[in-house]
Amino acid sequence: MKQKFNIIKSRCVPLPLENVDTDQIIPARFLKATTRDEKFFGDNLFYDWRYTSQGDPNPEFVLNDERYSGEILVAGKNFGNGSSREHAAWAIAGYGFRVVISSFFADIHKNNELNNFVLPVVVTESFLAELFASIAADPTMTVTVNLPEQSVTNDATGRSERFEINGYKKYCFEHALDDIDFLLDNKDKIESWENQASKY
Amino acid sequence: MNTLFDKIWDRHVVQIVEDGPTQLYIDRLYCHEVTSPQAFDGLRVRGIGCLRPERIFCMPDHNTPTHDQDKPIEDSVSRTQVDTLAANAKQFGLTHFGMMDPRNGIIHVVGPERGLSLPGMTIVCGDSHTSTHGAVGALAFGIGTSEVEMVMASQCILQQKPKSMRIKINGTLGKGVTAKDMALYLMSRLTTSGATGYFVEYAGEAVESLSMEGRLTLCNLSIEMGARGGFVAPDEVTFEYLKGREYAPQGAEWDAAVEQWKTLRSGDDAVFDKELVFDAADIEPRITYGTNPGMGIAVGENIPTLEEIDNAQRAGFLRSLNYMGFKPGESLLGRPVDYVFLGACTNGRIEDFRAFASVVKGKRKAERVTCWLVPGSWMVSDQIKDEGLDVILEEAGFEIRQPGCSACLAMNDDKVPEGKLAVSTSNRNFEGRQGPGARTVLASPLTAAAAAVTGVITDPREFI
Ligand code: SF4
Repeated sequence: MKQKFNIIKSRCVPLPLENVDTDQIIPARFLKATTRDEKFFGDNLFYDWRYTSQGDPNPEFVLNDERYSGEILVAGKNFGNGSSREHAAWAIAGYGFRVVISSFFADIHKNNELNNFVLPVVVTESFLAELFASIAADPTMTVTVNLPEQSVTNDATGRSERFEINGYKKYCFEHALDDIDFLLDNKDKIESWENQASKY
Repeated sequence: MNTLFDKIWDRHVVQIVEDGPTQLYIDRLYCHEVTSPQAFDGLRVRGIGCLRPERIFCMPDHNTPTHDQDKPIEDSVSRTQVDTLAANAKQFGLTHFGMMDPRNGIIHVVGPERGLSLPGMTIVCGDSHTSTHGAVGALAFGIGTSEVEMVMASQCILQQKPKSMRIKINGTLGKGVTAKDMALYLMSRLTTSGATGYFVEYAGEAVESLSMEGRLTLCNLSIEMGARGGFVAPDEVTFEYLKGREYAPQGAEWDAAVEQWKTLRSGDDAVFDKELVFDAADIEPRITYGTNPGMGIAVGENIPTLEEIDNAQRAGFLRSLNYMGFKPGESLLGRPVDYVFLGACTNGRIEDFRAFASVVKGKRKAERVTCWLVPGSWMVSDQIKDEGLDVILEEAGFEIRQPGCSACLAMNDDKVPEGKLAVSTSNRNFEGRQGPGARTVLASPLTAAAAAVTGVITDPREFI
């Protein structure tokens, strides 16, 4: 969970589908846990795609395909839409992913990833398409995500792009600090805001 | 600039973090049992309490069964989650409307109906449909569990300021066309990501003439276009609705509040990052045919053919239709329906029950259809009885259940079986949303009622 992030070079797991919603990432029936047990959520990541209705691993699904592995999930456009459940980010982190690359993320899910030290990396459509092609051509290819330089590189083709992250969040990732640590340090500002606020 | 969104947002800014997000003050935090336990755990690990417990309201809704709520929940895991919320609320000194409390119900139904959600507020909850509360003229948005913990600890949240969008719907809605159809129409036009990154202000004659219930339905569905939230500027409809409600200001304080709230309007010179205009006359009763809420058609239209779909989207389109058991280009009218669900924070309010009852009155529920009619709260449930709707519904062969989220996400035992087709007034038709393998067609209460009495997908205008 809270861990420092610097440079990650890893193989990728491709999920070339658009509009993957958080109900698919972690179905509602797994939301009954009352603790943040990452292993539990990781084990049930993409459950309904990953297992058949009999509960056997579905050989068609990428997480059951031995050719693919790594800390980077590469997904189609509009990843993480739908429910705000942070359990989706816990499942992604719990499975061992530290980066998700897509051309577009749903807002709430993107924040949830950031709050769990999973880095959402937004790339252009063409970078994404090329990346899927590279992975298909050679599942052992790697991608390098360099947070200090804010760059993502397809090591197979050498193509590189810059990604956005604000300075504050970047600092949090590099130093494994979260937002609550920051807010608790700023209590005086909260009180002075309250003192000046009108009732309605 | 000078939009209502800016006005409310700016008033709540505690500070803007250098090269980072804005620290925003939050007036209300709502907690339900699913997305809060880990946040409470987080506070315990840090050894801190809630900074402003009086601003936090808790109630279970997702797991509550829709029958025998006076008895312990049979499913032990659900029971643990519900009990955990009660225990946490107690430990941290928070208001809690437990099961069987007359104030219990789905948070997004209870907040407005109890006057907890008020104009000009910032409201958050660990639930994407928090956007619902925007209907009273508040900035309301869903957050994740880490953010819930953030608000508990500091009554603030760190957020990037979203962009602003205005969606105007001019003209008047046709007969049998509801706020739900309006939202389903917008989702088809904008897709499920068309408003991502934006806060939406709904305006125009067709929006202003909606009742508060209709506005709540419209704002509820903002998230299904990807929007951070959606709201309607407060007006007489809003004030009329809120007046006298339990947590709304009373007496002289009410008058002063209304004076303030009347200033909550976008300026004539307001500049939005994006503006869209639609005509209400183009909207018909709508249904969805696929596995995201943007995959919709007018009830009498055909599903698009493969040629009408963008190349890049064809695989997803076919996958969805395969899941639903539908074919490209076909009409869904006359398609047999197995389940009908009336309820959820989208359509579980009194007006929705009135609409449903208006269609089924004097008719009979179709044999083949299993119907779940689930009020959004005990208050709605009481209103149904006060208005005698229960008699009309029972005479037509329907049974009213106890309040909660129910089949909207099937965390309780109201699950649609694999392969069965449901016409549902909820907000999501994702794969497995209403139970593993369940097939969901989203629709308005009128369209759901028409399906409930005919047993097939039907244009509700035949009954109006
Ligand atoms: S009714 Fe459905 S959408 Fe609304 S809060 Fe409950 S589960 Fe979520």
